[in-house]
Amino acid sequence: MHEMSLAENVREIIEDAAAAQGFRRVRRIVLEIGELAAVETAALQFCLDVVLEGSVAAGARLECVAVPGEGWCAACARTVALHERYDPCPLCGAYGLTVCGGERMRVSALEVE
Amino acid sequence: MLGDGAAAPSSETAPAEAKRGPVATAAAARPAAGADTAATADADATPAAGHPHLHFGTGPARAHAPGMSQGELLRIERDLLGKNDALAARNRAQLAAHGILALNLVSSPGSGKTALLVRTLQKLAGRLPAAVIEGDQQTEFDAERIRATGVAALQINTGKGCHLDADMIARALPRLPLADGGLLFIENVGNLVCPAAFDLGEAHKVVILSVTEGEDKPLKYPDMFAAADLLLLNKIDLLPYLQFDVQRAIGYALRVNPRLRVIQTSATSGEGLDEWLAWLEDRLAATRLAAAQQGTTPA
Repeated sequence: MHEMSLAENVREIIEDAAAAQGFRRVRRIVLEIGELAAVETAALQFCLDVVLEGSVAAGARLECVAVPGEGWCAACARTVALHERYDPCPLCGAYGLTVCGGERMRVSALEVE
Repeated sequence: MLGDGAAAPSSETAPAEAKRGPVATAAAARPAAGADTAATADADATPAAGHPHLHFGTGPARAHAPGMSQGELLRIERDLLGKNDALAARNRAQLAAHGILALNLVSSPGSGKTALLVRTLQKLAGRLPAAVIEGDQQTEFDAERIRATGVAALQINTGKGCHLDADMIARALPRLPLADGGLLFIENVGNLVCPAAFDLGEAHKVVILSVTEGEDKPLKYPDMFAAADLLLLNKIDLLPYLQFDVQRAIGYALRVNPRLRVIQTSATSGEGLDEWLAWLEDRLAATRLAAAQQGTTPA
């Protein structure tokens, strides 16, 4: 359940921003979650509800933007859509694609007041 | 030598840059560099044209009536693992400066990684300096097994935690006696999921999969096999008693990670241990050479 650690990181990022920018409340949190990132979005949302309690972001609306997974197919010499790490190339069927997108997870933006 | 409390080189990434502006104008805000997809390069011009990122123009603020209070949109662009990754980079730089090869051993519980580590340390005794960080939720059992070989071991108990993180390792390093040019084994919490996401500053993750676990584990838990550089297929001496298709397991692992090196091992029979030790020695030699060339350790 490393989503709890990730949720605590979100709170820390928000508190850092609040200290630097001086906002009092967060209305909306925009997260970008890669399709291949090591996180379960529903679990993260659950953890955030708990972790953000009592913070400037308590009750904030959470918006998760999915970033599609991408892999490099050496046989096709191009980037293709990749939904699971073990999927074959949708064009030529080769396995062993190199993941090149959709691995990250980050706080993208905060709507504040 | 580690454990002298020397300050690590700073490699803070200072990601806290946040731009402030009303929501209505944020639609034109430039996405951060290094975003996951190349499509972001065009996002300024066509923020809602099917690119996979933010669509500020469709947010609630645009619907606000004039005169109503309007929230401000802060572009944060901070990675959830950014702090861990920055600490891991410091650990990595500190270890590299000392010519120390650090390996993060990851597996499910019961894969035999402690037994394999004990056997490895016994074979290395007198040849290469080594130290061990043991991660478990509770108990000193594993550290005690390591110390019985004469090697220094530090036990980290994570309590309810399911993985080691870079901060734990940063705190452990000054407490661990390890000579320059030595081997540091970090035995992570037995868990084939969570430790994949947390960089500790190791040179390589080494995933241990035992043949009693089933050959489909690389597909069931692909993140871990993708994060590793070496797979030790362990308890290989038990194959006669099991229905385990070695080539299928390796094939699945290579689907997830085509660069993965595979060594078949057994702590009981000793099979594969020479190949594993040769892998260790090759990488340690390269690590020592790099440190000597940097002038941070004697040649």
